[in-house]
Amino acid sequence: MSESVPGLTPEVFAPVEAPVSPPQASEEVEFVQLLTPEGERVEHPDYSFDLDDEAIKGFYRDMTLVRRIDTEATALQRQGELGLWASLLGQEAAQIGSGRALNSKDMVFPTYREHGVAFCQGVNPLNLLGLFRGVDQGAWDPRDNNFHLYTIVIGAQTLHATGYAMGQQRDHAVGDPETGEATIAYFGDGASSQGDVNEAFIYASVFNAPVVFFCQNNQWAISEPIDRQTRIPLYQRAAGFGFPGVRVDGNDVLATYAVTQQALKRAREGSGPTLVEAYTYRMGAHTTSDDPTKYRLSEDLEYWKLKDPIERVKAYLARQAGVDHNFFDEVEAEADKVAAELRQGCLAMPDPELTDFFQYAYVDMPDELAEQRDQYAAYAASFNAEGEG
Amino acid sequence: MTKISLGKGINAGLRAAMENDPKVVIMGEDIGKLGGVFRVTEGLQKDFGEDRVIDTPLAESGIIGTAVGLALRGYRPVCEIQFDGFVFPAYDQIINQVAKMHYRSMGKLRMPIVIRIPFGGGIGAVEHHSESPETLFAHVAGLKVVACGDPVDAYWMIQQAISSDDPVIFLEPKRRYHEKAELDESVPPAYPLHQAKVVREGTDATLFCYGPMVKTCLQAAEAAVEDGRNLEVVDLRTISPLDLRTIFASVKKTRRAVVVHEAPFSLGPGAEVAARVTEECFYHLEAPVLRVAGYDTPYPPSRMEEEYLPDLDRVLDGVDRVMGY
Repeated sequence: MSESVPGLTPEVFAPVEAPVSPPQASEEVEFVQLLTPEGERVEHPDYSFDLDDEAIKGFYRDMTLVRRIDTEATALQRQGELGLWASLLGQEAAQIGSGRALNSKDMVFPTYREHGVAFCQGVNPLNLLGLFRGVDQGAWDPRDNNFHLYTIVIGAQTLHATGYAMGQQRDHAVGDPETGEATIAYFGDGASSQGDVNEAFIYASVFNAPVVFFCQNNQWAISEPIDRQTRIPLYQRAAGFGFPGVRVDGNDVLATYAVTQQALKRAREGSGPTLVEAYTYRMGAHTTSDDPTKYRLSEDLEYWKLKDPIERVKAYLARQAGVDHNFFDEVEAEADKVAAELRQGCLAMPDPELTDFFQYAYVDMPDELAEQRDQYAAYAASFNAEGEG
Repeated sequence: MTKISLGKGINAGLRAAMENDPKVVIMGEDIGKLGGVFRVTEGLQKDFGEDRVIDTPLAESGIIGTAVGLALRGYRPVCEIQFDGFVFPAYDQIINQVAKMHYRSMGKLRMPIVIRIPFGGGIGAVEHHSESPETLFAHVAGLKVVACGDPVDAYWMIQQAISSDDPVIFLEPKRRYHEKAELDESVPPAYPLHQAKVVREGTDATLFCYGPMVKTCLQAAEAAVEDGRNLEVVDLRTISPLDLRTIFASVKKTRRAVVVHEAPFSLGPGAEVAARVTEECFYHLEAPVLRVAGYDTPYPPSRMEEEYLPDLDRVLDGVDRVMGY
């Protein structure tokens, strides 16, 4: 009988001492904030917001329109016009702040919830509805707006972003902070557990790829709280991969803009990746199929309502910047108009034909697939002929 | 005219593709200075630089996932997966992203990615190094799957795969890397990528095969001559899509067919060939289509692989059975 296996000495099985009080994932740690929930501008030693009040009015408009689009889409789902909707409620500042920091040549790789970033990139909101209505899987051309298709497999797009950024390097489009290009990858706290995200960090790090990893930590991966994904604040993971990480108040559009802009600048000038953790909260359900009342407390929601990303900008504009009610009324009216158009466009979307979709499986369609398509078309037509007769 | 091995044929094909198109980049583990564990990429990094011959971190999903991004940027990545069994960490990216991007984007985005996988057994290797996963790719719409069986095909097929605007799983018969043949690079390729070729004409039965089994089947056909049997051998070359025209023409001529592959028996490529032949050539058949294949177990420890893998005798046994009807 062997008493011990070589190499597996008892010491190996001894419990590892936990580090001295590591910061917990859900614990409040310091983040970059430039506009308080009360609408007060504050200073930060490393980051500043250098645009004027007109720009802040623009952010307010963006966030209001995007929230209205989101609300309308949720309503459309409730009325049976969409199969599903993934609401961005509560994450408007994270998305508008980062989206507005992008240059025209930067490339975006979103998840399926980046409606605000899509808006910044000029994607027609109606095009976002197609995949939720089930008429397509993303109807926009990513090359038109430098906004890739929504990716549903969690975290997969972070590798695509990294590869795209490696392409930017090979095209010599990196190096100049003014004219250089960068790529931004959006993902969530749940995705941070995926192998692909960790592999993306490694590839981006060792190749020094010009990519910004923008993590919207909205605290929830469907029903799983952030504590189920990490023991340390997510931004601190970057250090282990060898690039900077920063946590920003994701409900502060000014701070998100400033932090993302700096990370993008770093990427464009060739200094490599940055992890931005936008600390925010998913105010709605994961999707319209989810029921958050089963796993979280309404008190949490009340707490985060006080940190609303839009209200604080409104408070600032009204109290500090002397913006009068006409502006807010105009934005509301515009939002209603955008929502009405969205609804109209959604209802008018034609139903797709299966026959048309065979052609998309391959660039060069195999003969036997063309045959299958023709067989299906003839089969489908036989019902029409019967109906007519 | 030069005598070239199958491995060197792929190497020369990669070199030609890289010379012809600056957008071709190759990436994988140990492919740079080492030239890959099979030396297939030997010398390429020296001549084309580290930006085009990329030694990647040891993470297969990362290889394919970043290749997707490079393809979206206009590059034509050729990814090397070190061994068949190591492709599975990348399986998600291949199935959910590479295969579906063109469909998802309704034709707006293309994935001209080649994924090279040394496949099959017979080299006395440890677990995960001898598998034949072709069905797991051929079953997925959006991918094309090919296997080269000789050095001349190796040279041309890799270039044709790189030219393809659809993603191609390129299977390399690792135990045939050192098989040699005459290659005249100035003679254009005789076959397009997705066409099967009759490598031996015959009249009594057809052996359908690909990759490492092409040589085995040719040897079996020569041996069968002693039994007075004249076998046709068809190198399928393309598993998805199948070249049904060539398959049907051969069966209609010989009226008997045996499909040979190392991949496990059930639901392997042989099942699809048999089903198609039954549907299209039913009244021409003198016997059911038979299969000689790997068994439905995991790949065995290598001391047993000669029993597991179809060899000349098992192929001839299949021929005996198909002739017995």
